[in-house]
Amino acid sequence: MIGSFDSKVPDGPMAEKWTNHKFNMKLVNPANKRKFEVIVVGTGLAGASAAATMGELGYKVKAFTYSDTPRRAHSIAAQGGINAAKNYQNDGDSVHRLFYDTVKGGDYRSREANVHRLAEVSVNIIDQCVAQGVPFAREYAGQLDNRSFGGAQVSRTFYARGQTGQQLLIGAYSALMRQVSKGSVELHTRTEMLDLIVEDGVARGIVTRDLVTGDVRSHTAHAVVLATGGYGNVYYLSTNAMMCNVTAGWRAHRQGALFANPCYTQIHPTCIPASDEFQSKLTLMSESLRNDGRIWVPRSHDETRMAKDIPDDERYYYLEEKYPAFGNLVPRDVASRNAKTVVDQGMGVGPLKNGVFLDFADAIARDGEQTVREKYGNLFDMYERITGENPYERPMRIYPATHYTMGGLWVDYELQSNVPGLFVVGEANFSDHGANRLGASALMQGLADGYFVLPYTIGNYLAPLLGQGKLSEDDPICQAAVQGVADQTKKWLSVGGTQSVDYYHRELGKLVWDYIGMERDKAGLEKAMTEIPALREEFEKNVRVLGDGQSLNSSLEKVGRVADFFELAELKARDALEREESCGGHFRSESQTPEGEALRNDEDFAHVAAWEWGGDPGSAIKHKEELTFEEVALTQRSYK
Amino acid sequence: MSEETLNLTLKVWRQEGPNAKGRFETYQLSDISTHMSFLEMMDVLNEQLIAKGEVPVEIESDCREGICGTCGCMINGRAHGPEKATATCQLHMRSFSDGDTIVVEPFLASSFPIIKDLAVDRAPLDRIIEAGGYISISTGSAPDANLIPVPKDTADAAFDGAACIGCGACVAACPNSAGQLFTSAKIQHLNLLPQGQAERWARTESMVETMEDYFGSCTNHGECHEACPKEIPLDFIAYTNRDYMKSKRKNRKLQGQA
Ligand code: SF4
Ligand code: FES
Repeated sequence: MIGSFDSKVPDGPMAEKWTNHKFNMKLVNPANKRKFEVIVVGTGLAGASAAATMGELGYKVKAFTYSDTPRRAHSIAAQGGINAAKNYQNDGDSVHRLFYDTVKGGDYRSREANVHRLAEVSVNIIDQCVAQGVPFAREYAGQLDNRSFGGAQVSRTFYARGQTGQQLLIGAYSALMRQVSKGSVELHTRTEMLDLIVEDGVARGIVTRDLVTGDVRSHTAHAVVLATGGYGNVYYLSTNAMMCNVTAGWRAHRQGALFANPCYTQIHPTCIPASDEFQSKLTLMSESLRNDGRIWVPRSHDETRMAKDIPDDERYYYLEEKYPAFGNLVPRDVASRNAKTVVDQGMGVGPLKNGVFLDFADAIARDGEQTVREKYGNLFDMYERITGENPYERPMRIYPATHYTMGGLWVDYELQSNVPGLFVVGEANFSDHGANRLGASALMQGLADGYFVLPYTIGNYLAPLLGQGKLSEDDPICQAAVQGVADQTKKWLSVGGTQSVDYYHRELGKLVWDYIGMERDKAGLEKAMTEIPALREEFEKNVRVLGDGQSLNSSLEKVGRVADFFELAELKARDALEREESCGGHFRSESQTPEGEALRNDEDFAHVAAWEWGGDPGSAIKHKEELTFEEVALTQRSYK
Repeated sequence: MSEETLNLTLKVWRQEGPNAKGRFETYQLSDISTHMSFLEMMDVLNEQLIAKGEVPVEIESDCREGICGTCGCMINGRAHGPEKATATCQLHMRSFSDGDTIVVEPFLASSFPIIKDLAVDRAPLDRIIEAGGYISISTGSAPDANLIPVPKDTADAAFDGAACIGCGACVAACPNSAGQLFTSAKIQHLNLLPQGQAERWARTESMVETMEDYFGSCTNHGECHEACPKEIPLDFIAYTNRDYMKSKRKNRKLQGQA
């Protein structure tokens, strides 16, 4: 294995680790910062905030995005909000409580020290964003408003109508553009990273392809930061944007970076079901809807009546029946799995029988249509725009969809991967959410990493390198890496098969969803491990990529991304197979309580599974980072 | 939910590259479900082209939920198509009828050169932001968030500007290819907030003048607002004109010239 697999968690009491570590880290003096070049790949919340902050500090930064402008990154689509332990509502929140909730919510599969730091810096994020002009919701007197989100017992979520992600990203993007105008950040748009350059076990740069001209070249620097998001599109259908992919992270993995916990995926229970074979992506409906909507399916498998004509005793309110205490507000994974169960049993609703009802009739009868409209009007409109159905008159149809991936490149406490000089931030790393992420915590982590963690920790790596140059872009190592990418691009254009890239992506997605979706078992995972490579072989021989490599060609961009998804999918199956327990977003049917709840096995699996590339997708080598819990006692979840 | 399908004729602008000569190609599509989105219909077209060995149409999109601003083309001569407050990716085929001919062109504006087919280069929008679309506050130097009270009305008004997704439809819809709606949305988002006051005049002057370097002038047609998927109010243009006039005077004063 390249480099070091030491979590580097500092000693000392949990609440003092970060403060002490900040003091102990080496510093780069202000005049020397400009002697260091840093590459940042990805300009979502994590990447834009990291690039902007390092630019402010004086580093020479190069930022890359495959979009036409940094503001398009998928962080923009987050609706709900961002958590912070501000305790503005005086309802008993604290850094410790946010830390505790996050460790517990992650089903005890995250690293305590990282999570504690996340909770600590959460308060600084809100200050920073407000100062940038992020228009968070306000009380009439001008103070910030908060709400409780995703079942949290305190109101710690800051929000900006239904578009918190867009507003935070505009904040980070504007900070980034300020540095671009000052010349401290050099921005490369429509440029995709296609390889990591490693020399003697140290990350030295990247290979990129200009998506407009097809030009392939290298960029070298003293450090490389990946902020390239999650891998949810391995399922083909997900709430991720069309271009989200695992390519940057996967290519780094192939160069030696460990990939941790690929089996952890969050499935969001309230998305709009697919309407046909050509469905290209799924849209999330905020989970706040579950506060007032009642979830049910008809008991009869061949129900043909309209929902409102089905009498109460012929309706199956399965969450309310099974979980009387929490009812429709059970956690995301429980709600998702139960929806799958009833649909699999043939009780699904809608033309494809692929959804369940989320019904507001009772809320409307109780509170009046006006009240419901005030609370959820924009969501109802969005639903109607997509489905053409009016949710005030008939129940919504919902079904779970892949939403977020907790796994990612392995990083230590300083957000450095095992490959020295390669740092990973935001959803692209595995670090803070364990096996399941709490609502409104993704934005928090992206910005924590980018604004307040990486800009410090990267200095600790760079300081001793003072006086060392970066690798020359004419170096044979760079030339070979560039040649490799150029050859690969040509290869895809010359396969000359019969099926489109999307066809294979869709087929792969079906396998991943069926076998490594909401519920996994040994037999299915073993099937996945033979069927995925078989389909990959066919894909490599039979994919059809038309057009050329010297102009915008989205099929060509996609084919490489799908190839990486194939390899990731195989590792994901293996990781899921070997994790013989249920935890968070990973449910193994063999490992459940008598009531059908996820059953962890802390004895054998309280570890991070970090996989090393073994030369081909089937021969990954597992390394384990044992997790220890000093502050939060391990307990079994129960929602009965 | 009624299952209906459409037979359509598409006239799509094809252009191999920025300097190539473009042309309309006509394609027939049958059995398009009304539940499909417009972009899914274009996916179907592309699948058919690939099956026939023809190069698919480049049409950009990413979030497909109306928030990232990547998508956008002229549909029957209208930026983002026929529905109000709807980005191209949110447009569904139930807005069309069986037998329709649909003309699909790229966003048309001299400041948005065509890259290929329906994909255009909207980089000038970034240049406007670079010219001052930010509040200069370096990481770590912010005061506690609740130290700056922002009245709800002010926050809501600023939000109306901040809702702009940077799609450029306003420019494409404008007979003069003016960039006023986008620029005003961005300026007013920050100018309305207390945090944005320190740089208000410098920001306004710089962003407006950068806009003028790239885009045509506004003659109050209002087409921008009609096309805007986020319904950015036209008032913002008036506020910005006012701020710009003032900025001329204020900025001179600040330099000690008046
Ligand atoms: S003002 Fe409206 S049309 Fe113009 S870029 Fe913003 S969202 Fe698009
Ligand atoms: S694709 Fe994002 S707004 Fe249309």
